[in-house]
Amino acid sequence: MDDLCLRMLDRFQHDLPICAEPYQAIAEELGCSEEDIFQRLEQLNQRQALSRVGPIFDHSVAGASTLVALAVPEARIEQVAAQINALDEVNHNYLREHDWNLWFVLTGPNRAHLDQTLIHIQQQTGLTPLDLPMLTAYQINLGFALGKDSQVPS
Amino acid sequence: MSDGLTLEQQQQLRRLLEHGLPLASRPYQVLAEQINSTEQAVLQHVQDLNAQGLFRRFGIVVKHRALGINANVMLVMDIEDERVHQVGAALGEAPGVNLCYRRPRRPGWPYNLFCMVHGRDRQAVEAHVAELLEQHNLLQRPHHLLFSTRAFKQRGARYSQVGAT
Repeated sequence: MDDLCLRMLDRFQHDLPICAEPYQAIAEELGCSEEDIFQRLEQLNQRQALSRVGPIFDHSVAGASTLVALAVPEARIEQVAAQINALDEVNHNYLREHDWNLWFVLTGPNRAHLDQTLIHIQQQTGLTPLDLPMLTAYQINLGFALGKDSQVPS
Repeated sequence: MSDGLTLEQQQQLRRLLEHGLPLASRPYQVLAEQINSTEQAVLQHVQDLNAQGLFRRFGIVVKHRALGINANVMLVMDIEDERVHQVGAALGEAPGVNLCYRRPRRPGWPYNLFCMVHGRDRQAVEAHVAELLEQHNLLQRPHHLLFSTRAFKQRGARYSQVGAT
Protein backbone atom coordinates (compact mmCIF):
# COMPACT_ATOMS: atom_id res chain seq x y z
CA MET A 1 0.00 0.00 0.00
CA ASP A 2 1.52 3.31 -1.01
CA ASP A 3 1.48 6.61 0.87
CA LEU A 4 -1.50 7.96 -1.07
CA CYS A 5 -3.56 4.87 -0.22
CA LEU A 6 -2.69 5.16 3.48
CA ARG A 7 -3.59 8.83 3.52
CA MET A 8 -6.86 8.06 1.75
CA LEU A 9 -7.77 5.41 4.33
CA ASP A 10 -6.73 7.47 7.32
CA ARG A 11 -8.73 10.46 6.13
CA PHE A 12 -11.83 8.96 4.51
CA GLN A 13 -13.05 6.04 6.61
CA HIS A 14 -15.23 8.80 8.11
CA ASP A 15 -16.75 12.00 6.77
CA LEU A 16 -16.74 11.31 3.06
CA PRO A 17 -18.58 14.31 1.55
CA ILE A 18 -22.10 13.47 0.37
CA CYS A 19 -21.87 15.33 -2.92
CA ALA A 20 -22.32 14.57 -6.62
CA GLU A 21 -18.64 13.74 -7.19
CA PRO A 22 -17.28 12.29 -3.92
CA TYR A 23 -14.23 10.62 -5.46
CA GLN A 24 -13.23 13.92 -7.06
CA ALA A 25 -13.64 15.52 -3.61
CA ILE A 26 -11.25 12.91 -2.12
CA ALA A 27 -8.77 13.59 -4.92
CA GLU A 28 -8.87 17.34 -4.39
CA GLU A 29 -8.30 17.06 -0.68
CA LEU A 30 -5.39 14.63 -1.13
CA GLY A 31 -3.88 16.52 -4.07
CA CYS A 32 -4.15 13.82 -6.72
CA SER A 33 -6.43 12.90 -9.61
CA GLU A 34 -9.76 11.10 -9.38
CA GLU A 35 -8.19 8.34 -11.47
CA ASP A 36 -5.50 7.90 -8.76
CA ILE A 37 -8.30 7.38 -6.22
CA PHE A 38 -10.12 4.80 -8.37
CA GLN A 39 -6.79 2.98 -8.84
CA ARG A 40 -6.20 2.78 -5.08
CA LEU A 41 -9.74 1.60 -4.40
CA GLU A 42 -9.35 -1.03 -7.12
CA GLN A 43 -6.05 -2.20 -5.60
CA LEU A 44 -7.73 -2.57 -2.20
CA ASN A 45 -10.56 -4.44 -3.87
CA GLN A 46 -8.13 -6.86 -5.52
CA ARG A 47 -6.54 -7.54 -2.12
CA GLN A 48 -10.05 -8.23 -0.76
CA ALA A 49 -9.45 -5.35 1.63
CA LEU A 50 -12.30 -3.10 0.44
CA SER A 51 -15.75 -3.86 1.76
CA ARG A 52 -17.48 -0.87 0.15
CA VAL A 53 -17.69 2.91 0.08
CA GLY A 54 -20.70 4.49 1.73
CA PRO A 55 -22.73 4.51 4.92
CA ILE A 56 -22.55 2.32 7.99
CA PHE A 57 -26.06 2.50 9.40
CA ASP A 58 -26.74 3.27 13.03
CA HIS A 59 -28.48 0.02 13.95
CA SER A 60 -30.65 1.62 16.62
CA VAL A 61 -32.11 4.01 14.04
CA ALA A 62 -32.01 1.69 11.02
CA GLY A 63 -33.56 -1.36 12.68
CA ALA A 64 -32.58 -3.98 15.24
CA SER A 65 -29.45 -6.00 15.85
CA THR A 66 -28.04 -8.47 18.32
CA LEU A 67 -24.83 -10.40 18.94
CA VAL A 68 -25.35 -14.16 18.94
CA ALA A 69 -23.13 -17.05 20.01
CA LEU A 70 -23.48 -20.78 19.47
CA ALA A 71 -21.54 -23.58 21.19
CA VAL A 72 -20.85 -25.74 18.15
CA PRO A 73 -19.25 -29.20 18.47
CA GLU A 74 -15.93 -29.08 16.64
CA ALA A 75 -16.91 -31.67 14.06
CA ARG A 76 -19.91 -29.57 12.99
CA ILE A 77 -18.19 -26.18 12.69
CA GLU A 78 -18.00 -26.06 8.89
CA GLN A 79 -21.60 -27.16 8.46
CA VAL A 80 -23.08 -24.81 11.05
CA ALA A 81 -20.94 -21.84 9.93
CA ALA A 82 -22.23 -22.37 6.39
CA GLN A 83 -25.83 -22.51 7.63
CA ILE A 84 -25.32 -19.24 9.54
CA ASN A 85 -23.51 -17.55 6.62
CA ALA A 86 -26.44 -18.35 4.35
CA LEU A 87 -28.76 -16.12 6.38
CA ASP A 88 -29.20 -12.64 4.92
CA GLU A 89 -29.58 -11.30 8.47
CA VAL A 90 -25.95 -12.25 9.30
CA ASN A 91 -23.10 -9.91 8.51
CA HIS A 92 -20.08 -10.76 10.67
CA ASN A 93 -19.52 -14.41 11.58
CA TYR A 94 -16.35 -15.44 13.44
CA LEU A 95 -14.88 -18.52 15.06
CA ARG A 96 -13.57 -17.64 18.54
CA GLU A 97 -11.59 -19.50 21.22
CA HIS A 98 -14.25 -20.46 23.75
CA ASP A 99 -16.92 -23.15 24.31
CA TRP A 100 -19.24 -20.52 22.83
CA ASN A 101 -17.18 -20.61 19.65
CA LEU A 102 -19.29 -19.23 16.80
CA TRP A 103 -20.08 -15.50 17.10
CA PHE A 104 -22.17 -13.51 14.64
CA VAL A 105 -24.25 -10.36 14.37
CA LEU A 106 -27.89 -10.48 13.31
CA THR A 107 -29.58 -7.39 11.89
CA GLY A 108 -33.13 -6.88 10.65
CA PRO A 109 -35.95 -4.39 10.36
CA ASN A 110 -37.15 -4.94 13.94
CA ARG A 111 -36.72 -7.09 17.05
CA ALA A 112 -39.61 -9.41 16.17
CA HIS A 113 -37.79 -10.31 12.95
CA LEU A 114 -34.67 -11.19 14.95
CA ASP A 115 -36.73 -13.35 17.34
CA GLN A 116 -38.01 -15.33 14.35
CA THR A 117 -34.47 -15.68 13.01
CA LEU A 118 -33.22 -16.98 16.38
CA ILE A 119 -36.00 -19.61 16.43
CA HIS A 120 -35.08 -20.60 12.89
CA ILE A 121 -31.41 -20.96 13.88
CA GLN A 122 -32.31 -23.16 16.85
CA GLN A 123 -34.53 -25.38 14.72
CA GLN A 124 -32.03 -25.64 11.90
CA THR A 125 -28.92 -26.32 13.99
CA GLY A 126 -30.40 -27.94 17.10
CA LEU A 127 -28.22 -25.55 19.14
CA THR A 128 -29.51 -22.96 21.61
CA PRO A 129 -28.30 -19.48 20.68
CA LEU A 130 -26.98 -17.01 23.23
CA ASP A 131 -28.82 -13.75 22.42
CA LEU A 132 -26.82 -10.71 23.58
CA PRO A 133 -28.40 -7.46 22.36
CA MET A 134 -26.52 -4.26 23.06
CA LEU A 135 -27.78 -2.44 26.16
CA THR A 136 -25.37 0.50 26.20
CA ALA A 137 -22.75 1.63 23.70
CA TYR A 138 -19.74 3.28 25.31
CA GLN A 139 -17.63 3.40 22.17
CA ILE A 140 -18.32 2.58 18.52
CA ASN A 141 -15.38 3.33 16.29
CA LEU A 142 -15.05 1.00 13.38
CA GLY A 143 -12.44 2.96 11.49
CA PHE A 144 -8.85 1.79 11.68
CA ALA A 145 -5.98 4.23 11.86
CA LEU A 146 -3.36 2.68 9.58
CA GLY A 147 -0.75 5.38 9.21
CA LYS A 148 1.42 7.28 11.63
CA ASP A 149 -1.39 8.00 14.08
CA SER A 150 -2.27 4.33 14.43
CA GLN A 151 -3.17 3.15 17.93
CA VAL A 152 -3.38 -0.44 16.77
CA PRO A 153 -1.05 -2.55 18.93
CA SER A 154 1.65 -3.86 16.61
CA MET B 1 -40.17 20.00 -1.69
CA SER B 2 -37.43 18.43 0.39
CA ASP B 3 -37.75 14.97 -1.10
CA GLY B 4 -38.60 13.83 -4.58
CA LEU B 5 -38.58 10.05 -4.00
CA THR B 6 -41.59 7.81 -3.57
CA LEU B 7 -41.64 5.49 -0.56
CA GLU B 8 -40.82 2.57 -2.82
CA GLN B 9 -37.87 4.43 -4.34
CA GLN B 10 -36.66 5.31 -0.83
CA GLN B 11 -36.69 1.63 0.13
CA GLN B 12 -34.91 0.63 -3.07
CA LEU B 13 -32.29 3.30 -2.49
CA ARG B 14 -31.69 2.17 1.08
CA ARG B 15 -31.15 -1.40 -0.06
CA LEU B 16 -28.66 -0.17 -2.68
CA LEU B 17 -26.84 1.99 -0.10
CA GLU B 18 -26.37 -1.04 2.16
CA HIS B 19 -24.21 -2.46 -0.65
CA GLY B 20 -22.22 0.77 -1.00
CA LEU B 21 -21.81 3.49 -3.60
CA PRO B 22 -20.84 2.58 -7.17
CA LEU B 23 -17.19 3.28 -7.96
CA ALA B 24 -18.06 5.81 -10.66
CA SER B 25 -17.44 9.54 -11.01
CA ARG B 26 -21.11 10.33 -10.35
CA PRO B 27 -22.27 7.48 -8.11
CA TYR B 28 -25.61 9.09 -7.21
CA GLN B 29 -26.40 9.42 -10.91
CA VAL B 30 -25.84 5.66 -11.27
CA LEU B 31 -28.09 4.94 -8.28
CA ALA B 32 -30.73 7.33 -9.65
CA GLU B 33 -30.81 5.39 -12.93
CA GLN B 34 -31.37 2.14 -11.00
CA ILE B 35 -34.45 3.51 -9.24
CA ASN B 36 -35.80 5.71 -12.06
CA SER B 37 -35.09 8.97 -10.31
CA THR B 38 -32.74 11.91 -10.67
CA GLU B 39 -29.27 12.49 -9.30
CA GLN B 40 -30.51 15.60 -7.50
CA ALA B 41 -33.37 13.78 -5.74
CA VAL B 42 -31.15 10.85 -4.68
CA LEU B 43 -28.41 13.11 -3.39
CA GLN B 44 -30.90 15.21 -1.45
CA HIS B 45 -32.44 12.09 0.11
CA VAL B 46 -29.05 10.70 1.20
CA GLN B 47 -28.16 14.08 2.71
CA ASP B 48 -31.50 14.08 4.55
CA LEU B 49 -30.88 10.57 5.91
CA ASN B 50 -27.47 11.70 7.10
CA ALA B 51 -28.96 14.75 8.81
CA GLN B 52 -31.50 12.46 10.53
CA GLY B 53 -28.63 10.47 12.06
CA LEU B 54 -29.27 7.24 10.17
CA PHE B 55 -25.57 6.78 9.42
CA ARG B 56 -22.98 6.09 12.08
CA ARG B 57 -20.30 6.96 9.58
CA PHE B 58 -19.96 7.50 5.86
CA GLY B 59 -16.77 6.62 4.04
CA ILE B 60 -14.43 3.84 2.95
CA VAL B 61 -15.15 0.57 4.77
CA VAL B 62 -12.14 -1.74 4.91
CA LYS B 63 -11.77 -5.40 5.77
CA HIS B 64 -9.16 -5.14 8.47
CA ARG B 65 -7.90 -8.71 8.19
CA ALA B 66 -6.78 -8.17 4.62
CA LEU B 67 -4.82 -5.12 5.82
CA GLY B 68 -2.79 -7.19 8.28
CA ILE B 69 -4.86 -6.30 11.34
CA ASN B 70 -5.71 -9.89 12.09
CA ALA B 71 -5.20 -10.29 15.81
CA ASN B 72 -8.74 -9.51 16.92
CA VAL B 73 -9.87 -10.12 20.47
CA MET B 74 -13.21 -9.77 22.19
CA LEU B 75 -12.49 -9.03 25.84
CA VAL B 76 -15.48 -9.94 28.01
CA MET B 77 -15.76 -8.96 31.67
CA ASP B 78 -18.18 -9.39 34.55
CA ILE B 79 -18.41 -5.94 36.12
CA GLU B 80 -20.66 -5.08 39.07
CA ASP B 81 -23.88 -3.46 37.84
CA GLU B 82 -23.35 -0.33 39.92
CA ARG B 83 -19.89 0.21 38.38
CA VAL B 84 -20.41 -0.95 34.80
CA HIS B 85 -21.24 2.46 33.29
CA GLN B 86 -18.18 4.05 34.82
CA VAL B 87 -15.88 1.22 33.68
CA GLY B 88 -17.49 1.10 30.23
CA ALA B 89 -17.03 4.82 29.70
CA ALA B 90 -13.40 4.65 30.81
CA LEU B 91 -12.54 1.63 28.64
CA GLY B 92 -14.42 3.13 25.70
CA GLU B 93 -11.99 6.04 25.72
CA ALA B 94 -8.88 3.90 26.17
CA PRO B 95 -6.43 3.71 23.24
CA GLY B 96 -6.89 0.69 20.99
CA VAL B 97 -10.47 -0.08 22.09
CA ASN B 98 -12.60 0.04 18.94
CA LEU B 99 -15.90 -1.02 20.43
CA CYS B 100 -17.18 -1.12 24.00
CA TYR B 101 -20.69 -2.36 24.80
CA ARG B 102 -22.77 -3.46 27.76
CA ARG B 103 -24.80 -6.61 27.05
CA PRO B 104 -27.00 -8.81 29.26
CA ARG B 105 -25.71 -11.72 31.31
CA ARG B 106 -27.36 -15.07 30.54
CA PRO B 107 -27.46 -18.50 32.21
CA GLY B 108 -24.04 -19.95 31.40
CA TRP B 109 -22.74 -16.54 30.35
CA PRO B 110 -21.68 -14.31 33.25
CA TYR B 111 -20.10 -11.41 31.31
CA ASN B 112 -21.79 -8.02 30.85
CA LEU B 113 -19.10 -5.75 29.34
CA PHE B 114 -17.54 -6.34 25.91
CA CYS B 115 -14.53 -4.60 24.31
CA MET B 116 -13.00 -5.23 20.91
CA VAL B 117 -9.26 -4.73 20.53
CA HIS B 118 -7.60 -5.22 17.15
CA GLY B 119 -3.91 -5.45 16.36
CA ARG B 120 -1.33 -6.92 14.06
CA ASP B 121 0.10 -9.42 16.50
CA ARG B 122 -1.48 -11.64 19.15
CA GLN B 123 1.18 -11.08 21.84
CA ALA B 124 0.94 -7.31 21.41
CA VAL B 125 -2.83 -7.43 21.78
CA GLU B 126 -2.58 -9.63 24.88
CA ALA B 127 -0.07 -7.24 26.42
CA HIS B 128 -2.27 -4.27 25.55
CA VAL B 129 -5.32 -5.88 27.16
CA ALA B 130 -3.33 -6.80 30.29
CA GLU B 131 -2.24 -3.18 30.57
CA LEU B 132 -5.81 -1.93 30.16
CA LEU B 133 -7.08 -4.30 32.87
CA GLU B 134 -4.33 -3.25 35.24
CA GLN B 135 -4.79 0.48 34.64
CA HIS B 136 -8.49 0.20 35.35
CA ASN B 137 -8.11 -2.11 38.37
CA LEU B 138 -9.97 -4.92 36.67
CA LEU B 139 -7.53 -7.82 36.95
CA GLN B 140 -9.52 -9.28 39.85
CA ARG B 141 -12.82 -9.22 37.96
CA PRO B 142 -13.85 -12.36 36.04
CA HIS B 143 -12.83 -11.83 32.42
CA HIS B 144 -11.94 -13.80 29.33
CA LEU B 145 -10.17 -13.09 26.02
CA LEU B 146 -11.89 -14.56 22.96
CA PHE B 147 -9.51 -14.31 20.01
CA SER B 148 -11.06 -14.87 16.62
CA THR B 149 -9.40 -17.63 14.64
CA ARG B 150 -11.45 -17.52 11.44
CA ALA B 151 -13.75 -15.05 9.69
CA PHE B 152 -16.53 -16.95 7.96
CA LYS B 153 -18.34 -13.81 6.82
CA GLN B 154 -17.63 -10.06 6.91
CA ARG B 155 -19.91 -7.65 5.10
CA GLY B 156 -22.31 -4.76 5.65
CA ALA B 157 -25.54 -5.19 7.61
CA ARG B 158 -28.90 -5.59 5.91
CA TYR B 159 -31.68 -3.81 7.78
CA SER B 160 -34.20 -3.71 4.95
CA GLN B 161 -36.91 -6.33 5.00
CA VAL B 162 -35.18 -9.47 3.79
CA GLY B 163 -36.28 -10.41 0.31
CA ALA B 164 -37.40 -6.87 -0.51
CA THR B 165 -35.73 -5.32 -3.53
